[in-house]
Amino acid sequence: MPDTDHLGRPTVAITGTGIITSLGQGQQKNWRALTAGVSGIHRITRFPVAGMRTTIAGTIDFIPVADPSAPAFAQRLAELVVAEALAESGVDRPGDFPGPLFMALPPVEIEWPQRSALAAASSVNDGLSYTDLIRAAESGHFEPWYERFLFGSVGEALATRFGTKGSPIATSTACASGGTAIQLGVEAIRRGECEAALVVGTDASVNPESLIRFSLLSALSTRNDPPSSAARPFSKDRDGFVMAEGAGALVLESLAHARARGAAILGILEGCGEAADGFHRTRSSPDGKPIVSCMQRALADAGLSPDAIGYVNAHGTGTPENDRMEYVGIAAVFGERVSSLPVSSNKSMIGHTLTAAGVVEAIFTLYTIRNGLLPPTINYDIPDPALPVDCVPNSARAAKVSHAISNSFGFGGQNVCIVVGAEPS
Amino acid sequence: MSPDRMPSDRDPLITGIGLITCLGEGEEAHLAALDSFVPIVDVTTFAPYPVHPMTALALDTQIPKRGDQRQMEPWQRIGVYAAGLALDQAKVKGDTALLERMDMIVAAGGGERDYAVDAAILAAMPKADDPDVYLNEHLLSDLRPTLFLAQLSNLLAGNISIVHGVIGSSRTFMGEEASGADALRIACARIQAGQSEICLAGGSFNAQRPDTFLHHAMGHALRRGGHAPVWARQAEGGGAILGSVGCFLVIESRAHALARGVIPKACIAGIETDRCGRAPGEAAASAARQAAALGNASAVISGASGAARATAEEREFLDRLGLPVRAVASAIGHSLEPSFPAAVALAAMSIARRKLFPPLEPAEAPFEGQLAGLLVTSWGMWRGEATALVTPA
Repeated sequence: MPDTDHLGRPTVAITGTGIITSLGQGQQKNWRALTAGVSGIHRITRFPVAGMRTTIAGTIDFIPVADPSAPAFAQRLAELVVAEALAESGVDRPGDFPGPLFMALPPVEIEWPQRSALAAASSVNDGLSYTDLIRAAESGHFEPWYERFLFGSVGEALATRFGTKGSPIATSTACASGGTAIQLGVEAIRRGECEAALVVGTDASVNPESLIRFSLLSALSTRNDPPSSAARPFSKDRDGFVMAEGAGALVLESLAHARARGAAILGILEGCGEAADGFHRTRSSPDGKPIVSCMQRALADAGLSPDAIGYVNAHGTGTPENDRMEYVGIAAVFGERVSSLPVSSNKSMIGHTLTAAGVVEAIFTLYTIRNGLLPPTINYDIPDPALPVDCVPNSARAAKVSHAISNSFGFGGQNVCIVVGAEPS
Repeated sequence: MSPDRMPSDRDPLITGIGLITCLGEGEEAHLAALDSFVPIVDVTTFAPYPVHPMTALALDTQIPKRGDQRQMEPWQRIGVYAAGLALDQAKVKGDTALLERMDMIVAAGGGERDYAVDAAILAAMPKADDPDVYLNEHLLSDLRPTLFLAQLSNLLAGNISIVHGVIGSSRTFMGEEASGADALRIACARIQAGQSEICLAGGSFNAQRPDTFLHHAMGHALRRGGHAPVWARQAEGGGAILGSVGCFLVIESRAHALARGVIPKACIAGIETDRCGRAPGEAAASAARQAAALGNASAVISGASGAARATAEEREFLDRLGLPVRAVASAIGHSLEPSFPAAVALAAMSIARRKLFPPLEPAEAPFEGQLAGLLVTSWGMWRGEATALVTPA
């Protein structure tokens, strides 16, 4: 394989990965559980769920975090996955990563514990208003929260810790954020701005309000019992997605740079595609055109025809709408192959890691290729006759895959597809 | 173009500017207001904090469907409106074939709270038998289901796709001032590298929000009392005065602009962005590297926020640079995410008429000469430093 791709651009290699999901921490633990069909979804214990319609999630409860908040959790998960990816890659001297940082992060705001503390500090009993909260905020005891809840705080902390170069970029394209972060890294290497880029997707925002917000949009599964049965992508009785937490990190590197330093090349980030959808805030264009364009653009960027793709890592949220539209898109791009092409959803086991999903699932796509083993779609008990896909039902299957595509679609008309290829033989 | 560089087909040109602030709407209004500057400040609504309020907007002109207006909170309406102005000026509005391949990078914070719901829950929670359960029940029953969509950072971009049909691509960056600078930097870098031909880039900020003041009150970086211009303010302890701003730029390759026959306003000859831990002198050193990398300019449009430490260090840096300076936050307030795009917009408007607007306070030197290039600086209140060079197209 030459160091440049079909368009003469630097080929982008993957030389390190790190991962945490509700299945556990690290590559081995995750891959073993994912291919054994284990679910990471469980009853929420982080906060009381009385009165909630959905009481389950894929929270990560095994990583302790001081002064917990969504950004504090997200930052801690990111630190751990980046450390794992850097150890594998060996690209940097500790604290001196030789390139930029691109992150997929959830939006940040002050949360209820902070709001309650401010309300208590205001000493106002009746007729409390934001004016009272602002007076309390001025008192000077809350300065650490100012920085914690700035949107730039996670990136600043990671850039300082790992010594990445330049201004860290945090992107939010809803559930496609991880794909966007990967794309930013790939583009920077192709432009020749850097030889290596660090890409992180992290999300740990399961808290009462975020759960309720998704619940009010009727997006979540309410099949709470047993929790492991809730995420049922492509099944006829699917009823929504399951919120989850997770993080993934990728070290991207120009193939030339990776070869020059004798690095182990895990795979190739062959192409990215994106397309926005102006149809509706939460629904896809009924014709599926943006999803189709997105996959086609990713294939064109990778210089591949649809026939070259051996596996689709589906967005596969398990909402009635997503899986239907994703099927329409896959059918349009792959034609007759739609019934025989393996298309599985990691979310059936790890839930929807939201902002992080694009990175987490690109990493699982890479492991799929490397191990020659397709992770299953679990809970596939009642096939939806309208979506006749080979979703690798319920148990993993061996298959040689040279090129795979990972889909990510999000609210606000966000679509990103990533093509991953096997390491050069 | 920078005087020492040859024009290239890949130069990123600004062909549309959509700017709305307290000074008004669009290019003429802004230049006229800056030529005879009078501060427009609301000192009562959020007292003791002054704020530069958004000018009155005829929303129907840019967001024709009332249903779309209702689905958005003010920060989104401001952004969608400004985006529409930029698309109008660039003669892109309504050109479906072009909009379908137009890229978009939005710098966004988050959306607004339901203040009444928050306050009612906070007042009642401590008295409830089980405060956590009370919170669950009242969030479930009192939050508007669609409020989430008015809060999500990427839904400004989503609304631009819906209202204006920009659907080639859509990326949202988060991270205060730096996100606005990186939005423009990535847009320009992609165009220069041939990864994009035309991009809508910018952001919006609604300063007139209690939750924004709540957050910034914790950081003690806001000016209290009445208006004072950025540099004069420093003798009184400094502090930022926030301003509501919407700013989008249509940036396209020279070749693409020429082929369409649009008249460019200016060229973004270069953009540098970086971060540092803000040890004394670090940001100035970073800014000096950036300015040196970009080349010569006639004057500086400074995005100084007014926040005391950063502004004092930037002032020293600018004094060493020795160019005439205009700190535009004196006029439009500080707006975090869109502050850098807005400063670049004002630079591009000035470059287009080859004339800098007069000083906004006595600390700023007059400049009557022909503008060859403007440096634009942005130092985040907390983190992030950026510099652009804007030159004639």
